[in-house]
Amino acid sequence: MKRRTLLATGAGAAAAAALGLPARAQDKLKVGFVYVGPIGDGGWTYQHDQGRLAVLEAYGDRVETVYQESVPEGADAERVLTQMALGGAGLIFTTSFGYMDATINVASKFPNVKFEHATGYKRAENVATYDARFYEGRAVIGTIAGRMTKSNKIGYIASFPIPEVIQGINSYFLHARKVNPAVELTVVWAYTWFDPAKEADAAKAMLEQGVDVIAQHTDSTAPLAEMAKTPGVIGFGQASDMSAFKPTPRVASIIDNWAPYYVKRVGAVLDGTWTSTHTWGGMKDGEVVIGEITEAVPEEVRAEAQAMIEAITAGSYHPFTGPINKQDGSVFLAEGEVATDEQLMSMNFFVEGIKGDIPS
Amino acid sequence: MIRLEKRPSPSQGWTAATPLLAVALTMLAGGAMFALLGKDPLAAIRTIFWDPLFGEFAWYFRGQLLVKGGPLILIAIGLSLGFRAGIWNIGAEGQYIMGALAGAGLGLALYPDAGRWVFPLMVAAGAAGGWAWAMIPAILKVRFRTNEILVSLLLVYVAQNLLASAALGWLRNPEGAGFPGSRNLSQWPAAANPELIPGTGMHWGVVAAFLAVIGAHVLLSRHQLGYHIRLAGQAPRAARFAGVSPGRLTVFCMGVSGALAGMAGLFEVTGPAGQISIDFASGYGFTAIIVAFLGRLHPVGILLAGLLMALTYVGGDNAATNLGLPAAAIQAFQGMLLFFLLSVDVLTNYRIRFGRREIA
Amino acid sequence: MDALVSINWVLLAASLMVAATPILLAATGELVVERAGVLNLGVEGMMILGAISGFAVGVRTGAPILGFAAAALAGAALSLLFGLLTQILLSNQVATGLALTLFGLGLSALLGQGYVGIKTPVLADWNVPVLSDIPVIGPVLFRHDPILYLSLLLVAGVWAFLRHTRAGLILRAVGESHDAAHALGYRVVAIRLAAIAFGGALAGMGGAYISLVRVPQWTEGMTAGAGWIALAIVVFASWKPWRVLLGAYLFGGIAVLQLNLQAAGLKVPVEILSMSPYLVTILVLVIISSDRSRAALSAPAALGRTFHASS
Repeated sequence: MKRRTLLATGAGAAAAAALGLPARAQDKLKVGFVYVGPIGDGGWTYQHDQGRLAVLEAYGDRVETVYQESVPEGADAERVLTQMALGGAGLIFTTSFGYMDATINVASKFPNVKFEHATGYKRAENVATYDARFYEGRAVIGTIAGRMTKSNKIGYIASFPIPEVIQGINSYFLHARKVNPAVELTVVWAYTWFDPAKEADAAKAMLEQGVDVIAQHTDSTAPLAEMAKTPGVIGFGQASDMSAFKPTPRVASIIDNWAPYYVKRVGAVLDGTWTSTHTWGGMKDGEVVIGEITEAVPEEVRAEAQAMIEAITAGSYHPFTGPINKQDGSVFLAEGEVATDEQLMSMNFFVEGIKGDIPS
Repeated sequence: MIRLEKRPSPSQGWTAATPLLAVALTMLAGGAMFALLGKDPLAAIRTIFWDPLFGEFAWYFRGQLLVKGGPLILIAIGLSLGFRAGIWNIGAEGQYIMGALAGAGLGLALYPDAGRWVFPLMVAAGAAGGWAWAMIPAILKVRFRTNEILVSLLLVYVAQNLLASAALGWLRNPEGAGFPGSRNLSQWPAAANPELIPGTGMHWGVVAAFLAVIGAHVLLSRHQLGYHIRLAGQAPRAARFAGVSPGRLTVFCMGVSGALAGMAGLFEVTGPAGQISIDFASGYGFTAIIVAFLGRLHPVGILLAGLLMALTYVGGDNAATNLGLPAAAIQAFQGMLLFFLLSVDVLTNYRIRFGRREIA
Repeated sequence: MDALVSINWVLLAASLMVAATPILLAATGELVVERAGVLNLGVEGMMILGAISGFAVGVRTGAPILGFAAAALAGAALSLLFGLLTQILLSNQVATGLALTLFGLGLSALLGQGYVGIKTPVLADWNVPVLSDIPVIGPVLFRHDPILYLSLLLVAGVWAFLRHTRAGLILRAVGESHDAAHALGYRVVAIRLAAIAFGGALAGMGGAYISLVRVPQWTEGMTAGAGWIALAIVVFASWKPWRVLLGAYLFGGIAVLQLNLQAAGLKVPVEILSMSPYLVTILVLVIISSDRSRAALSAPAALGRTFHASS
């Protein structure tokens, strides 16, 4: 079909649906990636782009990739997705929660193009979702935090009060408490995913309160750079390894490793086995990786953390295993009970022992 | 010796020719930048300027120009009235957010009513929300002589915080499993602002933008108030003698620009964006300031400037995806285009003379 | 009130000075520009270019001070582009300034592609001998990096320049009425270009303070709106240098304080804390400006107007 005939039908969008998979995509699979930030953010988007590079590495000439950085949510995302689909992409990864409705909308117009949406909950015939169990990583660094703190005050720079962040805070705190019952947690809500200056200030504010171990749920290295100014304070890399701050203050890191998932899903499209699924991968799948635990952490603590990594990877330990009470003292999980994915994905409360409220 | 001599009246010929000259200069400078980045400059420029209008998928992208340009034009028209009168509303971004919040808030309070009056009511609420937010700097200026630049600008940040708390709290979708973001308004027929003719990108916000262009043109050329606005900007003292109340003019101009920005926000949240989310605001309010000046504060000029800006966004995104250009290069390219557009304007209003100044 | 007791106010005061310095530098520069009658809304663009230039040179040479010099040069160079357009080619200042911000953000991201995730040598604090050992005040005031002291000196210098020097008087005259100044034989365009370059240099240094001291690292868009706050602070200050200091420290102070209050567990909703720096700044300005006995709150009369020597 040529442009002229399309225009004659007077219904571009509907015609696009009829187009389906454009003819150009026959030989090579074109894979699109839509990013929420610049690939130079050193965190969230950077890690997704590493996944894209892994796809190129794995399939060489059989695929080509296109990507677009810093795409705002809403109309822009929908346009960029449409453009990728029109341009012949056969598989498109949308890597931020905010793209959820745009992904669903565009997917309904291009039934032959496959879509993968990160961290969302809406699926369709040609839309799969995926996410990573970051709380597994939080359990490990929580253990290190509980062992390493001298002031018994640990901190968490939170971004926004959404289930993923709350899971992280709870997991971090539960495992710190487990190894150190005297531990107290301070949470500061930065209300941003990315604002280096503000993140640094948040870290500083906690340090001034006597906090000596800080985990972060924001993406820049600024808190680590701030911690580097005070001897004896430690923190953790977030999203990427942040290895520039080794061996201290960065004593370990939680790395988002999307590569195995991306390689697997691209492979599924290539051999025609792709179906719409929901994947919530964790350490077992290599999606959540704990970066090198440095020698700043004593041998026995390293061993303990390592044991936990192995237990979670083997599936013999789930970070949310009862007994766990909610902040108000009511029972969340009974003795031996393991949280379901549904419970985790809608988590909107702190566990017992955390002070302060979740803003809403 | 080169010097500038003011023309008695702006040159008609140059008024038409300068934008073309600016685009040509941008192509040269931008092309050089793309070449430095190792990309084919001709392909890049064709992708940005030609393909969205006349390329293979122009039937889709032409409509997207309206989607992207609509809010810019609507906001810029409102701002231009104040700018002409010397009233500096820099905070349209905040009024845009508040309009969306007020309109969506009212709509969601009525959910799931299917009445035909829901959408018009929401539009009214959106206008009222933007208007009210603009009244804060207006009244503070009239009553306490507080500078409106500062107040309107800082209120943007306050509005952004309110937006985040709305998306996370009081407007959150009760069926969204704890994830941030409101219900999708574009999928609720009574509140939706759909494409009026499929494939054209035309929605009520674009209609409103065109109406605003006409309205502003009539106001400025036919109405006494329009004359007062122009007088207040050019000769404030003469305006006072002519009986123009600066206070009333401030309230009027701020009110109109706030209401139009609020409406733009409402049309966006019910249409292209679809929902209130943390990152709903994507800088339209700031870009509209550029559009207003690029259009020489003239309604028709603003219409053209808005469409040109939209073209650089749409085409720029295409170039980023198809050619792998970094988003940053597109941003720098847009900056260059603006520089050239603004600087060649000198030819419209001045003659370039070579040689010594004659003795008059 | 436990929260208020548990905050270490001495440390807070010290960190607010650091937090406010980027804004203070940029705002001091912009103040001079605006007093010369030019409105450059491109502060954010100049800051971010300064941030990457300063960071790159700091990393390459290992000397952060050289980074600051480079940042000042880069900021000044970018600002002269604005100067060329607005002063020579007579383009609209508001639109050109906004375009400058767009261009600066793009250019800095392009330049910074190889500098993500790298550490920079840190600028050592300069403990003022004797004074830094005074209890309470010592650590607050006298244990900082040299650039912070420089920023304070610059405020004093700009104040003295505008108030007590002939050149300062001429600059102000240009800002109040360029036609009158021109008639008196002053070179309006040259004076304004000099002011613009000075403003650009300070904005660049302000950006470098973020990338080399306050954060310190490079990431795209890291100034995150500090340039806009600097512009607001100039207005807040009613174009007076000492009030710029007050405004920057007030804003920086509340921005830091709200995080400290959170960390200390104060029971105030986070959303309200998070918008408090903006609200308090507005409130204070309203109080200042409502005091009708104080005159001369208005902007330089020729601010933002295009000058062309037509006679």
